[in-house]
Amino acid sequence: MSYISHNGEDLGKILAAIGIERPEEVFSSIPPALRCDADLALEGPKDEESLRRDLDFRASRVAFAGGGIYRHHIPAIVDALASRQEFVTAYTPYQPEISQGTLQAIFEYQSMMAGLTGMEVSNASMYDGATALAEAALMALRIKGIRRVAVTRAMQPSYRRVLRTYLAHAEVEAIVEVPFDPVTGQTDLVALEKSIGPDTALFIQSPNYFGVIEPMEQVTRIVSNTAGFWGIVVTEALSLGILKAPGEYGPDVVVGEAQSFGNPAGAGGPLLGFFCTRKEHVRRMPGRVAGLTKDREGSQAFCLTLSTREQHIRREKATSNICTNQGLCALRAAIYLSAMGPEGLKKTALQCAAGARFLKGLLMDKGIAPVFSAPVFHEFVIPMLEDRLNELKSTGIVPGVLVSEQYPEIPGSVLVTVTEMNTQEECRWLAANM
Amino acid sequence: MAGSEYVTCFPEVREPLLNLKGGPGKNKRLLPAPFDTSGAHDLPGTRDLPDLPDVSEVETVRHFTRLSRLNYGIDHGMYPLGSCTMKYNPKITEEIAARLAPIHPADTEAMEPVLKRLAQLQDHLGKICGMDACSLWPAAGAHGELTGMMVISSALKSRGEHRRTVLIPDTAHGTNPASCTIAGFATKAIPSGEKGYLEASILRQHLDQDTAALMITNPNTLGIFEQEISAIAGLLHENGSYLYMDGANLNAIMGITRPGDMGVDCMHVNLHKSFGTPHGGGGPGSGPVLVRKDLEPFLPTPRIVCNGSGAYVLEEEPYPESIGKVHSCLGNVSVCIKALAYILSLGPRGLREAATTASLNALYLKNRLKKLFDLAYETPTLHEFVLSDTLQKEGGVTTMDLAKALMDFGFHPPTVYFPLVVAGALMIEPTETEPLEELDRFVRAMENIAAMSREEPEKTHESPLAAPVFRVDEVWAARNLTLTWPDKRIQPEEKGI
Amino acid sequence: MEIPEQLYYTEDHEWGELEDDLMRVGITDYAQHELGDIVFVELVEAGTVVAKGDPIGTVESVKAVSEIYAPVDGEVFEVNGALTDTPELVNQDCYGEAWMVVLKVNDPAQADTLMDARAYQAYVEAEAK
Repeated sequence: MSYISHNGEDLGKILAAIGIERPEEVFSSIPPALRCDADLALEGPKDEESLRRDLDFRASRVAFAGGGIYRHHIPAIVDALASRQEFVTAYTPYQPEISQGTLQAIFEYQSMMAGLTGMEVSNASMYDGATALAEAALMALRIKGIRRVAVTRAMQPSYRRVLRTYLAHAEVEAIVEVPFDPVTGQTDLVALEKSIGPDTALFIQSPNYFGVIEPMEQVTRIVSNTAGFWGIVVTEALSLGILKAPGEYGPDVVVGEAQSFGNPAGAGGPLLGFFCTRKEHVRRMPGRVAGLTKDREGSQAFCLTLSTREQHIRREKATSNICTNQGLCALRAAIYLSAMGPEGLKKTALQCAAGARFLKGLLMDKGIAPVFSAPVFHEFVIPMLEDRLNELKSTGIVPGVLVSEQYPEIPGSVLVTVTEMNTQEECRWLAANM
Repeated sequence: MAGSEYVTCFPEVREPLLNLKGGPGKNKRLLPAPFDTSGAHDLPGTRDLPDLPDVSEVETVRHFTRLSRLNYGIDHGMYPLGSCTMKYNPKITEEIAARLAPIHPADTEAMEPVLKRLAQLQDHLGKICGMDACSLWPAAGAHGELTGMMVISSALKSRGEHRRTVLIPDTAHGTNPASCTIAGFATKAIPSGEKGYLEASILRQHLDQDTAALMITNPNTLGIFEQEISAIAGLLHENGSYLYMDGANLNAIMGITRPGDMGVDCMHVNLHKSFGTPHGGGGPGSGPVLVRKDLEPFLPTPRIVCNGSGAYVLEEEPYPESIGKVHSCLGNVSVCIKALAYILSLGPRGLREAATTASLNALYLKNRLKKLFDLAYETPTLHEFVLSDTLQKEGGVTTMDLAKALMDFGFHPPTVYFPLVVAGALMIEPTETEPLEELDRFVRAMENIAAMSREEPEKTHESPLAAPVFRVDEVWAARNLTLTWPDKRIQPEEKGI
Repeated sequence: MEIPEQLYYTEDHEWGELEDDLMRVGITDYAQHELGDIVFVELVEAGTVVAKGDPIGTVESVKAVSEIYAPVDGEVFEVNGALTDTPELVNQDCYGEAWMVVLKVNDPAQADTLMDARAYQAYVEAEAK
């Protein structure tokens, strides 16, 4: 397939206008020694039907997998609206007069994310929750006096690893992991208190990787007067529909993953990192942001603002190098939140929580107790050997995500997640197959 | 509103913010409810009803449909943003990628064919670039730059060296300095030569034992092929430094010449530029990193490997020299699959034809426009070229005016005020997918604007008149920072809007 | 372009007005014009000790950021808080209300190393070319 529109006549006109005889002459400025004359050994060209046949992908029907990426109901209007080509085929809205659709949608996304997290400001998006966390740590390290970063060990392992990748190249004195209580699955508050100080930026995830809700009131009491900077990480944005807005605990940032808002699991991506903060930090915030303004005649309009923080203006002193972000995923989130509404988001979050409790009950009846005792949102860790997990996967049921791989201290454990996409029947089936 | 005498491709609609719509109980969506929620009341620390708009399905559909009509996309017309490669995005690639939607990455059975195709993309990108290894996880071009520079930093460390300076020519991409800073390097800008490309003799003066790498864009942002690239690579390697290539402009040379043959050690490509995946109004993109054999140990994890039984799996271990993870999962997987579908759709000859036609279209425009606008460099160019407002500025017409005036002719403007080496730059990249008729329409628009600049320069300051809004006040936005919608109780007019 | 007679000037387009050992510092008319509409001003805290050429703040327009440098050695004695909320003062009255900091200078004689109005005029004209 070719997407070039010229026929022979067009090509003739173009060559004549340029003043060359053969198309290849356009490459006369490339040294001959560097040119490849033979065709590259690539597959193709293929017609559309061949592509459809060759690139065929299918998911298992039954899945209880979460761990940072979630399967949730996506209303039909999300795909219908977000696939409008006016949104899909537009570039970054650098020319506001003909990008008001993208800009207003970003502004609405920012407004809803700030509202849900209980923060004052949201940026236009980050690559994913892990890079949002890494950028939050870099932002903290630019504040005078912050030299250490502490993260809870109960935080999503991949987030901690991305954080370490970024911080390996930054000026940081130490990266500390705060242990969790092996009985409750919550962060060890005594250890927490010892790990932080005015030179420390602390990041805590709640609900944490084990699905366990952290004791945020107590955490806040310890952290708010001690840590130089602190952030709450939310890897399941849907929890914002039912749990108290993290901003109410007074952190400097709330960052994380909003894939659950209208974006599919998608074999792992694209994801949707979000970054919310307080007004006082807005000039340190990474990433793009859309602002309200007016046009020459005074009508309401939107444009990208605070651009002087960004890489194309402040160059090597920029707050981040992020440029292209996850714009269309943020649009999907805005449409999703509009489609769900306040009641819908809350009800769906409750469904998830109820589903996890339903499955937990079935497992308890079979004598399988969760590994941790503290209350969870919609996922929990159960004892299960890796071999059994793989056996079940090969029968077309994905019981969850292997935990012991990342946490050798919890051998033979799997994180199971229940969402509104699972049914009671599926839960019974899983329980019966344990 | 825009004057009615102007023909416009935009509807004359103005859409209020979503929070001013709807009201309690308007949203009547029936949602999946498989579980009895009475047992879920042990949740600690719950909230009141979240503060979200309560609107009906029809209102949501109308709202976002109206917003979409305030946008300009490639499917409307030519989008000649230089170095952004806004080419047509084949619909079949969207259809294919949508099949990934229900797959959870923990679903190993379902992931196997996906990984197999990702491995094929790595292989194909490697062949297109003449590089030995590839990582698909960086989620955008700047993320790829950062990953690549981290790879170089780790490689230097493993050699026991502490080189800290990265040289960046003034014709490189805007993101390069910031990416280097986050990777822990200091940057130093170096001037390209008078001909618009970096001369080896200039580079030689800047090399020393602290030089970690040169970060070059080839073809550069003037659209010029870096003719001394082989000599430059030789100098760098002799000095123990690496050559990093920003592959944002790969579209111009794919199938024609390979960065690996030029001596490039590490590079990234932008799938959302060269390989036809849509930009989505600001992403998701994808910025895979490619390296030569000696840098492969430092690439991010996980790696895609084909195990003993012929199945494709992910491996986190053992890669002790890897820089580690750069994304919580697998980057923008669906973008990668779209890019693969694009490559397979075109095949090797199609890619070559795309690169050739990209240059043909750009040269066609350049030859027709250079009579009307100042051409910054006479050096031969490939897929893009840079004009400036030098001829129009005398009458008080700036590049910004020219850009806004183009909107009234139904075009998205080119990249403006970049690259910085050209004052008042207009960087034009039509791409290969523009039909001749559209190129001609663009030339006519530019001719009209040039005439308007001579005869009625003040009129250009008023443009655009046919866009959904008049010229937007970016100064007001910055002075009255409002980043979330105002409290429902405050009406917009009270904010002075 | 306005270049008041009695002031000292730097090559980075700051002006300084010396009164005993206090120097009031701001940016010149030429600088505010080149930057365009100023949307944000950030200044160092009072009490900061600076050497000539050290940054004492940044001025931002929509498309550019510019650092402001200390014209002489000294200690920041006072900063103009009004600029936080009304950065547009820099465009309106750069030599008056939009002063940025007052430095307590170590050696008033150091001011003689700066340009006078005539020298600055020539410097700006040369730079404009």
